[in-house]
Amino acid sequence: MDKQKWEPKIVAFVCNWCTYTGADLAGTSRMKYPANTKMIRVMCSGSIDPVFILKAFERGADGVLISGCHPNDCHYNAGNFHARRRWDFFHELLDFIGIEKGRLQFSWISASEGKKFADVISKVTKDIKALGPFTDYQKMNSEFTAFFPEETAEDHEVLNKVEEIV
Amino acid sequence: MKDLREHTRELLEKGEIAAVIGYRQVSEMRTKPVIVTDPADAEHLVFNEYCLNNLAVYLTKARIKALCRTKDKTLKLAITAKPCDVHSIVALIQENQIHRKDIHIISFNCHGVVKDFGCEFNGDNLASKCITCETHKPLYFDKIFGEEKETPKASDQALARIQELESMTHKERFEFFKGEFDRCIKCYACRAVCPLCYCQRCITDKAIPRWIESSSHQRGNFSWNIVRAFHLSARCTGCGECERACPADIPLTLLNRRMAIEAKRSFSYVSGRSLETPTLVGSFNEKDSDELFM
Repeated sequence: MDKQKWEPKIVAFVCNWCTYTGADLAGTSRMKYPANTKMIRVMCSGSIDPVFILKAFERGADGVLISGCHPNDCHYNAGNFHARRRWDFFHELLDFIGIEKGRLQFSWISASEGKKFADVISKVTKDIKALGPFTDYQKMNSEFTAFFPEETAEDHEVLNKVEEIV
Repeated sequence: MKDLREHTRELLEKGEIAAVIGYRQVSEMRTKPVIVTDPADAEHLVFNEYCLNNLAVYLTKARIKALCRTKDKTLKLAITAKPCDVHSIVALIQENQIHRKDIHIISFNCHGVVKDFGCEFNGDNLASKCITCETHKPLYFDKIFGEEKETPKASDQALARIQELESMTHKERFEFFKGEFDRCIKCYACRAVCPLCYCQRCITDKAIPRWIESSSHQRGNFSWNIVRAFHLSARCTGCGECERACPADIPLTLLNRRMAIEAKRSFSYVSGRSLETPTLVGSFNEKDSDELFM
């Protein structure tokens, strides 16, 4: 792969009430930020299951960003507090298993922080670019492809469809 | 041993308990779990260094719970538990899976168990959890037997392995775990023996959408082992049953222990030690550290 041309794929799981609205503000304010991030809107940062992140890595994401409301600002009062404890453990676990801490990043962005949203996306993109492609998981995928060609073909079909819709 | 048998026989005869979950000797260096409902069978119960199973796993099983229900009242369930198994029971009570009043805990002054059946009890064959064990006397019990004896000395190899892994680069660690998880055959024995894996329906069994691939290729093995370790982080009491049950000898304790170290370091929390405190991941504190977040 040409290192010059390589652009990281980043998946952002963002909460509906703060970060997604913040992203909206960044958009309507015509702020510029890198286009590497694909956003997935969820209801609360507390409702993001770690398997979402594993799935993102499995499907070729180079980095993942999780973002929600500031503490004490949660639409559901305590969702982000619960999430904060859980993410601490998940982050440490991934680090211990051998996935760099920079691949999974977290932020609190409120609905009025369009500027912060643009900054965070720029920073995450820069960090992931510095870390390079996440080949460990992707290599596992290709070994898997060689072994189970049919199952993967089906996976890719679904993926392509999803990409078309997106 | 005689005390234990007499005590349980008495309880069963009086009708105070529905059953005893205990150990039975099957050969010189091997025991197996047994559920005693007849007072005459109480003579089979034993407790020694070969009582490896963590019997707390049975407490959440529907079939065992059904034993306690009679027409007019709910009977107690007696369980013989090592001090470390009591931690699992405490964790189950903390998580509202069982009630303290429904359980009669028969415990022992413990000086360690062997790492596997058929090993002679000495410092070389001590189970790794016993090396760092600080609770030779149970924290909660209704009846206690056995004399206090000293645990044989042994070196803590699991901790040394964790430190060694942490000094490696991410790539080396990833390769290490890839090699370990590669042997996983997805038999889910680790899940079956874990007292805290009590979900009625596990996330791996959910097929639409299939979050964790069920065939045992590298990718699916990674997801499964990461998710298992994550679901047990700050909950695992370190009984080590998962590693003992694993037919592929995957060092699952490394992951569990690493997460326990994190719980202690960041939250000063050790799982299954107090009935009064809420579980760590089931509660929160507004003053938790925010350094992870931008």
